[in-house]
Amino acid sequence: MFYTYLYVILLSSLKSKLMKTIIVVGNGMVGYKFCEKIAAREESENFKIIVFGEEPRAAYDRVHLSEFFGNRDAKALELAPMSWYTENKIELIVNERVTDIHRKTKTVTTGSDKEYTYDYLVLATGSSPFVPAINGVEKEGVFVYRTIEDLEAMLNYAEKIKAKKSNGRAAILGGGLLGLEAGKAVMDMGLEPHVVEYAPKLMPRQLDSRSSNVLQLTLENMGINIHSGKATNRILGNGAITGMDFGEDDTLEVDMLVISAGIRPRDELGKTCNLEMGIRGGIVVNDRMQTSDPNIFAIGEVALYNQMIYGLVAPGYEMAEVAVNQIIESFEIVMRPEIDMSTKLKLIGVDVASFGIPYMPADKGLSIIYENKTKGLYKRINVSHDGKTLLGGIMVGDAEDYSILHQMYLNNIPLPDNAEELIVGARGEGGSAFGSAMDLPDTAVICSCEAVTKGAVCCSVIDDGNETVKEVAKATKATTGCGGCKPMVADLVKESLKSLGKTVKESICEHFDYSRQELFDIVKLKNIHDYDQLLDEVGKGHGCEVCKPLAASIFASIYNETANRQETIQDSNDRYLANIQRNGTYSVVPRVAGGEISPKQLMAMGRIAKKYDLYTKITGGQRIDMFGAKLHELPLIWEELIAEGFETGQAYGKSLRTVKSCVGSTWCRYGMDESVSFAIEIENRYKGIRSPHKFKGGVSGCIRECAEARGKDFGFIAVEGGWNVYVGGNGGATPRHAELLAEKVDKETAIKYVDRFMMFYIKTAPPLTRTAAWLDKLEGGITYLKNVVINDSLGIVDELDTDMQNFVDTYKCEWKEAVETPEIRERYTHFINSDETDDNIEFVSLREQKMPKEWA
Amino acid sequence: MIANLSTYESVQPDNVKVWFKAGPASKFPKNGGACIKYKDKQIAIFNFTRQATWYACQNLCPHKMEMVLSRGMIGEEDMQPKVACPLHKNTFSLKTGKNLNGSLDAIATYPVKVEGEFVFVGFSE
Ligand SMILES: Cc1cc2nc3c(=O)[nH]c(=O)nc-3n(C[C@H](O)[C@H](O)[C@H](O)COP(=O)(O)OP(=O)(O)OC[C@H]3O[C@@H](n4cnc5c(N)ncnc54)[C@H](O)[C@@H]3O)c2cc1C
Ligand code: SF4
Ligand code: SF4
Ligand code: FES
Repeated sequence: MFYTYLYVILLSSLKSKLMKTIIVVGNGMVGYKFCEKIAAREESENFKIIVFGEEPRAAYDRVHLSEFFGNRDAKALELAPMSWYTENKIELIVNERVTDIHRKTKTVTTGSDKEYTYDYLVLATGSSPFVPAINGVEKEGVFVYRTIEDLEAMLNYAEKIKAKKSNGRAAILGGGLLGLEAGKAVMDMGLEPHVVEYAPKLMPRQLDSRSSNVLQLTLENMGINIHSGKATNRILGNGAITGMDFGEDDTLEVDMLVISAGIRPRDELGKTCNLEMGIRGGIVVNDRMQTSDPNIFAIGEVALYNQMIYGLVAPGYEMAEVAVNQIIESFEIVMRPEIDMSTKLKLIGVDVASFGIPYMPADKGLSIIYENKTKGLYKRINVSHDGKTLLGGIMVGDAEDYSILHQMYLNNIPLPDNAEELIVGARGEGGSAFGSAMDLPDTAVICSCEAVTKGAVCCSVIDDGNETVKEVAKATKATTGCGGCKPMVADLVKESLKSLGKTVKESICEHFDYSRQELFDIVKLKNIHDYDQLLDEVGKGHGCEVCKPLAASIFASIYNETANRQETIQDSNDRYLANIQRNGTYSVVPRVAGGEISPKQLMAMGRIAKKYDLYTKITGGQRIDMFGAKLHELPLIWEELIAEGFETGQAYGKSLRTVKSCVGSTWCRYGMDESVSFAIEIENRYKGIRSPHKFKGGVSGCIRECAEARGKDFGFIAVEGGWNVYVGGNGGATPRHAELLAEKVDKETAIKYVDRFMMFYIKTAPPLTRTAAWLDKLEGGITYLKNVVINDSLGIVDELDTDMQNFVDTYKCEWKEAVETPEIRERYTHFINSDETDDNIEFVSLREQKMPKEWA
Repeated sequence: MIANLSTYESVQPDNVKVWFKAGPASKFPKNGGACIKYKDKQIAIFNFTRQATWYACQNLCPHKMEMVLSRGMIGEEDMQPKVACPLHKNTFSLKTGKNLNGSLDAIATYPVKVEGEFVFVGFSE
């Protein structure tokens, strides 16, 4: 007993003697990664770890620094909370700079003059922005872009500018990766952005001049002004910056300047204690991350490895991994000789990526280049002379294939015979030339920030039972760095699930563990008519604003019931059969099928609008919108409209809006057929049908396409010998041309195909997804769709036809129902305990009409 | 009159001085809301039938200062009853008034009781 006791004491004192101290200088991204990696190892028990950080907070995600402009939430960027360090027995001292290293005594001193002894010292001091010695850089309003404090200072200054004038301007010095990100950031701050680059092109290190031109055009279209080939001589202004001088009377007036002209390693500690340094800075390390003093390691942007500084996180993380292994004596883990510097630009709203050798002289290899300036597209791949290996490439405008090309490059995957298909590929026809992410070898590193392989991602799904990208991210850390690998990880998760016979779960919300399509089938199968019943039988809890309108849409699609029956599960607009507007008033839109309206109807509408003092405007869909109706006025207005022969236009519903038409062969000298008659017929056919999202149609009398039918969910264009049928088009935020479903068919066939297309969409689309987005995601695309609706490959067309005919036969005007039913009419009062109306609504006049008073 | 946020302050059940008779319970839609007027206030009252509970809050959405919350959909998130503004779907807890999907100001909430046929809202003045 006594001996055991003694033994324990001895052991613990021995242990504390044996405990070695690691001091980490710098708590940035790489310094933190070092802590995270060592804490995960058992051997960490043998070390006491002390970390110094000069910044006032624990390490945060610098890569996503620009997100701070959007949310101003420093916490959201944090890599780990302070408590994490304590839990892992790591002593983190923030707000404290290490000022000297004494190699003889193995100690460091800090800014507050304290001394600490180390056995191993890890320098992770990162870098600082390079500020060129331009006359005037010290002026007020000149910033760098590296820390949260920098951003706070920029935001405050921008506010000051904006308070003084409405058209403030900010320049960015440097048109590299970071500079462009900063350009977008100042634009989002409400300043006019100007990027000034010394080289003749943007992103000189990653792009060739043609791609750089394409990028410049796109950025200029977005409102970012580019000035390339400009050397800044002087910063103008008396105290605060007012402009930049490029020499020879060439100046640019600006109110603020952000310098983003490259980085310089923060190697001052290495210099003063005489470690071996690079000629242009950086602390020299070997492949074990050791400096010229074997007890001192350097990792991240301060380390000079193979005569290079690597300004990206992924190499820094790998260095951290190597240093950890060296310190815990897994000596065999060393740094790879070649470091991948491929990059994808994030956040700025245009895809830009480059990998491997982005551009090179012709004797080194051959290039395949695709450029389309009208679409802002440029793609280049460089291929070895024998056509077998991918050497590198550039993508501007569309970097969707970046991940897979990058992987082919990293893993030396042999190229297909027609290498050009890699960039111009048979896309859209379902699948690209080079198969899927599943074809990569298991060893392929998918997430380079966290060094996660394809094998690890798939394993985490197949063996460990993770089912979503989120779960896989938690288990493997993939996607948690720069996030660039997310699409590929998502693909791998999906494919791995498929190999298990499962599909990706797309549950609606916390109340229903089903996708919309599943719920649709359940409702139909179980013949459920009430939301409450649905919740009780297949859901949980009490519902929310996501599942309620979704269920309402399903009930409407299956039973063609109007929004009047279960009014409290309807979306805002459906609940009162009108579109709620800015000040809580509503707009009223009667149906004007095909845009055809008689003078008598026009006069009736005019009279009613005048009586209720409504603002009137022609809509984009060729009808008339009357704004500013108060809740209690809605039934009164509709009563009069219905008496004049109008019916509801369902402008409020996720349902058919309008079928736009050109004037067609009845009047137009080019017309091949009667577009108006067709539009009216089809609009009346589909009116009132509720669907996952709103949908629109168009009919043009000839290929001049005056009705813009190819910008609609479905469109018909008259051609020699019949109608061409198009589906899946969209205007709006993400324009997409409709695709050809059938050519030169007669009217009846055209209608039949669109009937089936619409029904198939209604049954299978996820909530709030327009036909365009649905078709984009539909596996097999338009080819598959043709097979379903024309060749009946699923054997469902009879059912689709019957369901559609049922819709057409059971249509009723829900406003007629509402004004004729006293209980429904009663809903249209602002107060239930008073006849007063809402006195919060105020209007001001506008061009002889009225509009809501501005939001305060 | 353009509404003022400071008109609305939450009332706790212990501080109720006036139980205002808002109207017959039958006038409130099931699992939905309606608006009442009390002095210069507009109050949204919700009949959360599924939970057999009633809630009341200001009708004014603090996002764009519109009198619309009573027309919003109600629901539940992590066991919290909530209302979603019909204009931009900001959601607020019907218990605490807290904005659940953003950082807007909390809305004021009021106690509700049903006696006999009638619904009463509690005010402190
Ligand atoms: C806006 C922005 C966007 C970026 N985007 C990307 C991207 O998309 N992809 C990518 O790969 N990389 C990107 N980077 C680069 C990436 O952030 C860096 O590569 C990474 O942060 C380097 O990590 P580090 O730990 O070496 O340096 P840092 O993160 O800079 O950390 C060094 C820390 O050490 C502290 N320190 C320095 N000296 C001392 C001392 N003597 N005593 C105590 N503490 C000290 C510093 O204050 C700092 O906190 C971006 C950088 C910025 C600024
Ligand atoms: S699309 Fe053809 S038919 Fe129709 S208005 Fe234009 S030119 Fe005439
Ligand atoms: S484009 Fe925007 S602002 Fe204009 S009507 Fe549509 S949603 Fe409103
Ligand atoms: S006004 Fe209520 S969410 Fe915008």
